[in-house]
Amino acid sequence: MDRQFLKGGPAAAFVTIASLALASCTTASGGSSMESASASAADTSGSEDSPYASTYERYPGVPTALVGAVIYDGAGGRIDNGTVLFADGEVVAIGGADLAIPDGYTQIDGTGRYVTPGIIDIHSHLGNYPTPSVSAHADGNEATSPTTPEVWAEHSVWPQDPGFSRAMANGGITSLQILPGSANLMGGRTVTLKNVPSRTVQGMKFPGAPYSMKMACGENPKRVYGGRGRMPSTRMGNFAVNRETWLQAQEYAAEDNPDRDLAMETLAGVLAGEILIQNHCYRADEMALVMDMADEFGYQVAAFHHAVESYKIADLLRENEVCSAVWADWYGFKMEAYDAIPENAAMIHNAGACVVIHSDDENGIQRLNQEAAKAQADGRRMGIEIADADVISWITLNAARAMGIDDMTGSLEAGKMADVVLWNGDPLSIYSRPEMVWIDGALMYDMNIPMMRPVSDFELGQPGEGDVK
Amino acid sequence: MKRLFALSAAALSLISTPIAAQDIAITGATVATGDGSDPIENATVVVQGGRVVAAGTGVAVPAGMATLDGSGTWVTPGIFASITNLGLVDVGAVSDSNDIRAGNSPYHAALDVSPAINPAAQDFGYSRAGGVTRASVTPGASSNIFAGQGAIVDLGDDFDAVTERRAFQVVEMGERGASLAGGSRTSVYAMVRNSLSEARHYASEGSWDEHGMLTRLDAEALVPVVTGQQKLYVTVHRAADILSVLALRDEFPRLDLVLIGATEGWMVASQIAASGVPVITGALTDLPASFEQLAATQSNVGRMVDAGVTVAIGGYESSGDHPRNLPQQAGNMVALNRVPGASGLSWGEAFAAITSVPAGIGGLEGRAGVLAAGAHGDLVIWDGDPLEVSSAPLRVFIDGVEQPLDNHQTRLRERYRTLDESQLPPAYRR
Repeated sequence: MDRQFLKGGPAAAFVTIASLALASCTTASGGSSMESASASAADTSGSEDSPYASTYERYPGVPTALVGAVIYDGAGGRIDNGTVLFADGEVVAIGGADLAIPDGYTQIDGTGRYVTPGIIDIHSHLGNYPTPSVSAHADGNEATSPTTPEVWAEHSVWPQDPGFSRAMANGGITSLQILPGSANLMGGRTVTLKNVPSRTVQGMKFPGAPYSMKMACGENPKRVYGGRGRMPSTRMGNFAVNRETWLQAQEYAAEDNPDRDLAMETLAGVLAGEILIQNHCYRADEMALVMDMADEFGYQVAAFHHAVESYKIADLLRENEVCSAVWADWYGFKMEAYDAIPENAAMIHNAGACVVIHSDDENGIQRLNQEAAKAQADGRRMGIEIADADVISWITLNAARAMGIDDMTGSLEAGKMADVVLWNGDPLSIYSRPEMVWIDGALMYDMNIPMMRPVSDFELGQPGEGDVK
Repeated sequence: MKRLFALSAAALSLISTPIAAQDIAITGATVATGDGSDPIENATVVVQGGRVVAAGTGVAVPAGMATLDGSGTWVTPGIFASITNLGLVDVGAVSDSNDIRAGNSPYHAALDVSPAINPAAQDFGYSRAGGVTRASVTPGASSNIFAGQGAIVDLGDDFDAVTERRAFQVVEMGERGASLAGGSRTSVYAMVRNSLSEARHYASEGSWDEHGMLTRLDAEALVPVVTGQQKLYVTVHRAADILSVLALRDEFPRLDLVLIGATEGWMVASQIAASGVPVITGALTDLPASFEQLAATQSNVGRMVDAGVTVAIGGYESSGDHPRNLPQQAGNMVALNRVPGASGLSWGEAFAAITSVPAGIGGLEGRAGVLAAGAHGDLVIWDGDPLEVSSAPLRVFIDGVEQPLDNHQTRLRERYRTLDESQLPPAYRR
């Protein structure tokens, strides 16, 4: 139960249906001019400075031409009756019906279908809170100290979580960020994954993706530690512990050849701009304070997650170039979610700040497209018109920017990774589902081919193995 | 004399004061009656005296009745939300505001949500604005497998919400039940059998067995369960558990069961169908969240319906689920029909699964969740296909009374429509 609370989100206070023990917990077009968060990010693909390096290599693919579909390029562009070409793992070109298809390309008829970049979830706990949701699997919160910058989410990720395959087949998810939970002020390093089935987490790690560090404001840290009679027990205590820790980090960062200290290495990486900050934070006033704290110590928040009150300070978020990673319409599960409104995303976007739609949920990650569509429609009803192509960026390029991987994926641009979803209809409609999903140009899911539906080790020999799910 | 209105969002925003039941006719709309049939284009709905008179094509508007031009809109019965906590909670994690569970109470089966329901809770208003007009409200189990008695409510903007108190009893009989019963399913069945036996004794002897395990109130509360006068909602997921629950009727033949959850119901769908026991389930459970849900699939609903089971979509599956998102769950069932190997629902079946079917399980068959003569005049006028995520209600009527759709969320939206504070802070905008 603490699980969802600490994941950050909510918990439907109730439950029954899914055994629910669940309590609740829980960027770019938007006219934003935000720079990529990845500007100075460190490469994580394997040097002695990068332990546990990615071993992921793309799977074989064939040069492919998707022809005749509506294309949302993820960067705000739309092409009707378009063509997408990809080969050798990369997007080669996109264009209209007149785009020449080179010899040797397998053509797929996209008539009546839609193409988007692979969907990206900036906030997931697949792998570190996997299903089955038994306590032996609850590896997302190192809730033994309010600051644990030394822990790395990748050391908790179970690659056999059946949720990864659901996210791909039902949600078109090709990349996702796994975060530590929100029990702690500084929860540890996140890990960005390619959504490919793998025996090891290293086999999923997104090559070249920067690390982020998870931070959390508000109710969770003060409840968890205050409940144990230790600091922090208040929001002011939250800030005091954070500031003291940043002071230590500044001292560490100023040393020449300091002794190794895993916690300080992470924090120094943040101060150096190599590690991004993903900050769980609900309330507008707290976000404003966090942005001042970032100024005080010289770092940048990439995104506020669960930012249900961003609509109240969308101007500040725009000026500070901080994305808001939000649900479409979750509300009310905890006090700091009381002022959540379904128009939040549209109002943030309308102010010129960066919107990302996130899940924080193993079910919600299967429907980020629907959540984005709801948020768009709630905006329209209050007079904010946002083009479909821009809405798609909320779950593709904006997420990639806030994760620092937008130079590699998140949009269909020549030279980027061929992370592509072919939908059997408009992805902003309830009636559409992913039909085919490619990751780095390799076909990883095909709705029409049962064997192209990955099954985790856990589900082998169980009732419903290989079912459509 | 006819009044003609255009149904626009602008017009909608002007309507904030509910008035008494209106006689109303809507013409030219796409009408879904909720009975499982496909939507009807260019149809008419007539409500008189708070009750539906007729819906469909070829329906005459009585002379002199106010008529709305429904062109471009959809008109449906209101959504019936099953297994909700509406009115029991303001903020889930603020325990003082949360009456779902009574973990320290000496009572269990006797607990009754009816007097605790607060129709002024914001979630009532949010759900109403989402087109939910009636619901079942359910207590949560926390110290005993019997959670207590739920109620049926309407979501009208008044304090007269409960339309049937003590409508059903709730019992947990899966993994969670095992935990509550002492650590094993074996104890769940011992506890259920003993409790029902004590209730039967109470019923037959007219007196409480003071040597029994139940309090007087709890034994009394289970009398209508064991005599079949009150439904017993049983939360259960695993296929084998479902069969064990159905077999309870060998010993207690009058039990009027409803299965809640039934994640693996598709594996024993023919047995459930043969039992005649209906199911209320979340539509999108597709992960092995526990060892009693290993066979979870979104095709559960469709496969059970295909086997002849009566299935309503309801309940909360994940933290973000709210009653107003029921159409999204139903719409996904329609989408599933286009996935090879999956079993979904037709549009009409899907819409019925959140209207007439749950209303029927809730004891309102033919009287709610359906646009049929004599049914409650619960109408929702939508700006598009109600199962589509981009659609929302324009106007909502309950028993012919137009309902306000404003609430805390809509007020916040309007306050922060602009961030300009050059003259005064936002606190002065209302």
